[in-house]
Amino acid sequence: MVSSSGTSVAVPSPRPSTAERAAEGPAVRLNEVRKVYGDVVAVDRLSLEVVAGEFFTMLGPSGSGKTTTLRVIAGFELPDSGTVELHGSDVTRSPPYERPVNTVFQDYALFPHMNVLDNVAYGLRVKGIGKRERRQRASEALEMVRLPGVEGRRPIQLSGGQRQRVALARAIVNRPRVLLLDEPLGALDLKLRQAMQLELKSIQRELSERITFVYVTHDQDAALTMSDRIAVFSDGRLEQVGTPGEIYESPVNEFVAGFVGTSNLIQRDGRCYTVRPEKIRLLGEAEADSADAAGIVREVAYLGSVTRYVVELESGETLVVVRQNLDMSASSAMQQRGRRVRLAWREEDESELDINKQEERNP
Amino acid sequence: MSAALFRRPWLRAGLLLSGPTAWFVLIYLGALFLLFLSALWSVDSFSGKIVHSWTFANFETLFKVSAYRTIALRTVGIAAAVTVTDILLAVPFAFFAARIASRRLQAALFVAVLIPLWSSYLVRVFAWRLILAKDGILNWFVGNVGLGSLNIGYSNWAMWIVFSYIWLPFMILPVWAAIERVPDSFIEASADLGARGWRSFRLVLLPLILPGILAGSIFTFSLTLGDFITPTLVGGAGSTFIGNVVYQEVGISNNVPFAAAFATVPLVIMGIYLLIARRLGAFEAL
Repeated sequence: MVSSSGTSVAVPSPRPSTAERAAEGPAVRLNEVRKVYGDVVAVDRLSLEVVAGEFFTMLGPSGSGKTTTLRVIAGFELPDSGTVELHGSDVTRSPPYERPVNTVFQDYALFPHMNVLDNVAYGLRVKGIGKRERRQRASEALEMVRLPGVEGRRPIQLSGGQRQRVALARAIVNRPRVLLLDEPLGALDLKLRQAMQLELKSIQRELSERITFVYVTHDQDAALTMSDRIAVFSDGRLEQVGTPGEIYESPVNEFVAGFVGTSNLIQRDGRCYTVRPEKIRLLGEAEADSADAAGIVREVAYLGSVTRYVVELESGETLVVVRQNLDMSASSAMQQRGRRVRLAWREEDESELDINKQEERNP
Repeated sequence: MSAALFRRPWLRAGLLLSGPTAWFVLIYLGALFLLFLSALWSVDSFSGKIVHSWTFANFETLFKVSAYRTIALRTVGIAAAVTVTDILLAVPFAFFAARIASRRLQAALFVAVLIPLWSSYLVRVFAWRLILAKDGILNWFVGNVGLGSLNIGYSNWAMWIVFSYIWLPFMILPVWAAIERVPDSFIEASADLGARGWRSFRLVLLPLILPGILAGSIFTFSLTLGDFITPTLVGGAGSTFIGNVVYQEVGISNNVPFAAAFATVPLVIMGIYLLIARRLGAFEAL
């Protein structure tokens, strides 16, 4: 992958054409992967495909198997059964150093005894690439992650956000086919994390011709912000795979509905529905509208731009309603507590949940 | 009282350290100073009394008499060989113990490393004397395998083996601690970036555990350098150490100044060793 003139990160060496990529198959294909630690099943016969060039997020609570899945793709863990394919070739038994993937670690794993330049150029160094080219490509990778000019510093002299960028540069400088990111923004504070999400997404867009991003997180905001597709994990299994819109608007079961956003469950005629809080209109008792339910406001949480109301329905269920504070002040919002209200929503905002799946899994 | 201490952290630190500091200055530095001082004295060969006038005669004898040079070189050579041997044994062992072994095996290995330290040093050296003797276990075993007989009892080989065994725990423990401190993700990152096992070891693990290896080598090197019991018990005719000469000069010849002069040699060698280690950057990762 070394060309004499094309040493730039932005202008890569020969890239596969769309037709070639389609022939190669998906960037990542997991087939019935199973991984057991002692008597804990971390990943249970999991199959998924990641399309080349997409930003794919594996989302789930801790212990749901998402990180194990990532480690199986990277080659740090060998699956007990099942296969791992990268761009059509079976790498199930290959060691990490033979796989065309690179990883951004949760703790960044920057080598403390090397400066930033040596850290970023490490992968090029062990591949035997000459010093001058190493230097140049490392500097370009640092520019790519918007962190030029820190080559001589030690990791310990950098802030958390800067270290995160160095870790990203160290991975992408090797031009991997697949980039694995293990919750890399987890250690940053909220503001920085949100800024980095947008930046990471724009870096991914620049690189999407060559690099597929596989991102692991428990943070639903990060998943919704950056992903082309999201896979929701629970108990070592896939609950749902889809675009952020599909996951949020049409969750297939109670777990997905509850983990991504707030779930409002409504039982009706032996079936189970969910309606997102912002899709529900809050109406006064006397307002004449085709309301779906009536109840009493039990809790009010004023959140600045929006207010969250917890409404207890006459049927005994509890629904959360989120309303933008368009012409609602904080004090008038707080006065809603204890009021009788009527709730209304459009039928297309209802999403039916698969209750059988839950029962089948918890017999 | 405690409020005054609270407002003056330096006073607190001073009080806390006053005991250790006094001990260190009086006993340790004082003794060291006396050692250097007495090395510059001499002994009246007639009366056997110490003459308190300055002279470099002791050091001249050390450098001029070839027997002393040989003894010094032998001591340093075996100390170095023991250190290298212990590094080669300890690093793979500690790597296995810290990164591969299960929790229970780890605990068992830890006890196994420590148990020899609970028994007397003398007993262990005597045990080796029996193992290495001409009709000892080693020759019995070698003979049964059909390799004839090994004559390494009472030799420098015997000292090398016994020293390497006796000081091994002092190398394993700091190296183990150093390897344990390196996060798994560093090794994984190295492999992920394309490095095979050996390169990961050389480029990532080794530089990070070098301070631990150095700490261990200070033990193995200086303990061997100062020993005189093992050479007496398992060494042969040509196995005299600096320590043996010091012992003889103090106990038999009653020439304390010359003993002091010879005793400064290991100190100087240790000083040079630490300087070289610093040059090599062994302390940078601390």
